[in-house]
Amino acid sequence: MGSILNLPPHATGAQKAWHVALWALTALVLAFLILPILVIIPLSFSSGSFLNFPLPGLSLRWYHELLGSERWLSSLRNSVVVAISSTLLATVLGTLASLGLQRARFPGHALVMALVISPMVVPLVIVAVGVYFFYAPLGLTGSLLGLTLAHTALAAPFVVITVSATLQGFDTNLSRAAASLGANQTTAFFRVTLPIILPGVVSGALFAFVTSFDEVVVALFLTGPGERTLPRQMFDGIRENISPVIAAAATLLIVLSILLMTVMEVLRRRSERLRGIR
Amino acid sequence: MTASSLTGRSGARIESRNLKAQLRRTERRRKLEAAALVAPLLIFLAVFFLAPIVGMLIRSVENSELPTTMPETAAALRQWDGIDLPPEPVFASFARELAAGQRDRTLAGVAKRLTYEVPNMRSVLFATARGLPETPNGTWRDTLTARDKTWGDPATWAVMRRAAAPVTPLYMLASVDREMDASGSIVKVASDRAIYIDIFIRTFWMAAVVTVWCLVLGYPLAFKLASLPPRVSNLLMILVLLPFWTSILVRTGAWVVLLQREGPINEALQWVGLISEPLQLVYNRVGVYVAMIHILLPFMVLPLYSVMRGISPAYMRAATSLGATPFTAFRRVYLPQTIPGVGAGCLLVFILGVGYYITPALVGGAGDQMVSYFVAFFTNQTINWGMAAALGSVLLIATLLLYWVYARLVGIDRMRMG
Repeated sequence: MGSILNLPPHATGAQKAWHVALWALTALVLAFLILPILVIIPLSFSSGSFLNFPLPGLSLRWYHELLGSERWLSSLRNSVVVAISSTLLATVLGTLASLGLQRARFPGHALVMALVISPMVVPLVIVAVGVYFFYAPLGLTGSLLGLTLAHTALAAPFVVITVSATLQGFDTNLSRAAASLGANQTTAFFRVTLPIILPGVVSGALFAFVTSFDEVVVALFLTGPGERTLPRQMFDGIRENISPVIAAAATLLIVLSILLMTVMEVLRRRSERLRGIR
Repeated sequence: MTASSLTGRSGARIESRNLKAQLRRTERRRKLEAAALVAPLLIFLAVFFLAPIVGMLIRSVENSELPTTMPETAAALRQWDGIDLPPEPVFASFARELAAGQRDRTLAGVAKRLTYEVPNMRSVLFATARGLPETPNGTWRDTLTARDKTWGDPATWAVMRRAAAPVTPLYMLASVDREMDASGSIVKVASDRAIYIDIFIRTFWMAAVVTVWCLVLGYPLAFKLASLPPRVSNLLMILVLLPFWTSILVRTGAWVVLLQREGPINEALQWVGLISEPLQLVYNRVGVYVAMIHILLPFMVLPLYSVMRGISPAYMRAATSLGATPFTAFRRVYLPQTIPGVGAGCLLVFILGVGYYITPALVGGAGDQMVSYFVAFFTNQTINWGMAAALGSVLLIATLLLYWVYARLVGIDRMRMG
């Protein structure tokens, strides 16, 4: 592609125009993607109570209000508890399953794969209604445990996809070498395989964490006032009375996503290096 | 293998047979181990994910209200041939169980179920049950008909007979704007109540519009990014990945703020002088489209980008060197190679878009809600679980069909994140 777009000296006028137009379109689409997120940040530092420009002045009052509110703090606590528990569960189950799917093609392999990935594509509202009906007689509605179990199912495919992708580049000769040197399977796994695929496992875990931490539809169905999660609190806030407190919470969540994205990139590079791709 | 060549010929044959058996055994063990590793997740998903969804599918045809509250009447109604009025024993057991239900306050479920087919059945049922004598005045048929003439109407008993069946097509039919008339044949519902087909069409239409826009915006972006040197494109990819990693609620909330009447977009447009009055951009279709395109665009760009990165620039160079204009080279050489990415991106965006709930609920008006909204509405607001399950089932079937297409065309293991 480079040859056309980096414009050879003999480029015609039409080619030059096309070149400029494509750059302009790219810049516009990138601006469309990033600006809405960036606009929220200054609004959260407003000293006024309306979400518009120009800002009447700068202050941290909305952060004080956010971090001083028991409602927001307890929803944050609930979200963290649910996200960490479902991440642990999904990561263990998902990593084991990826190892199994990698080890051999067994009968029904494709069907198993389709089932394992399906929580990603089934509309969330269907999962929500399904678990709402199903968990109620088990006493799992209105409990963080019920939400954790549902979120684990939703998060597991991300772990399977990420870990499977890492395993595809894994040289099985390494675990064979470990076995030939007398390591049993467990030792070989923990001393050889796991350290190499660990960046992939951690990426999968981060995906799982975000999936649970962001999930609101199932939370709307399964939680009562006592189990309110952060996204649910955001949802109610946006629907009822959108105030700069929401902007402050959003800003903190944006900082979190920047952190997560950076960690993911570091992990990706490390994983490629460990598996000798680069 | 090499060891067998050291022994004699017959020995080699025995050894090779042994080796084959051994290999088979090892292979079988590997498969068992693989299955054992996958089993925990599979069992977990079967119990906490699959079973709830199957439960919802079952609920869409469930018809347990009358059979559980009035078991004898239900059994007697199932025996009846459905012609004219049912025989006296049906009336008798109905009267007995109606009185018992009134005493134990268990009639609400039956009343609700019957109301779905005949709107005033709730009041008829309770009016008949209130102060029902213990012994009939003549026959039970006459007694009940005297209390309310509805019980003398064969159409009422046709409905009762349908309510006594173990399963009902009522909700599934209603979710595609159909119902059963008195004779039991399937007819269209009155046009003022026929809303669900329109809602399904709206849902698919909105998902399609969002998909097309994502392709229109995402294709040139991915094309440009893929043609840049990796150092630059990796940097610019951050602008695609940051929204991808940011909470959906943050992004939806941001659009509510941006698009409101006194929001930055209206302010800017007025300041530039393009408009004199603020535009209504939120709580309508425009807002839903803009927010959904913003949220789903990364799902289009990422697969397109990864496909385009793998296309060697040599093909295009070859085409132009053979005399093709840049446009022809693009259309005949480059575009066909990106079709897998286009397919993957479009299917993914469409599948995700069809199931959207949060964004239309927050950014849309009453006329912009998709099927998911009505599933939630029937579950939480009107508590018509049969209807919620039926609409959910139709949506699920549509999604699974698309998922199947995705699996066939793209391959499930090709699904990647980031």
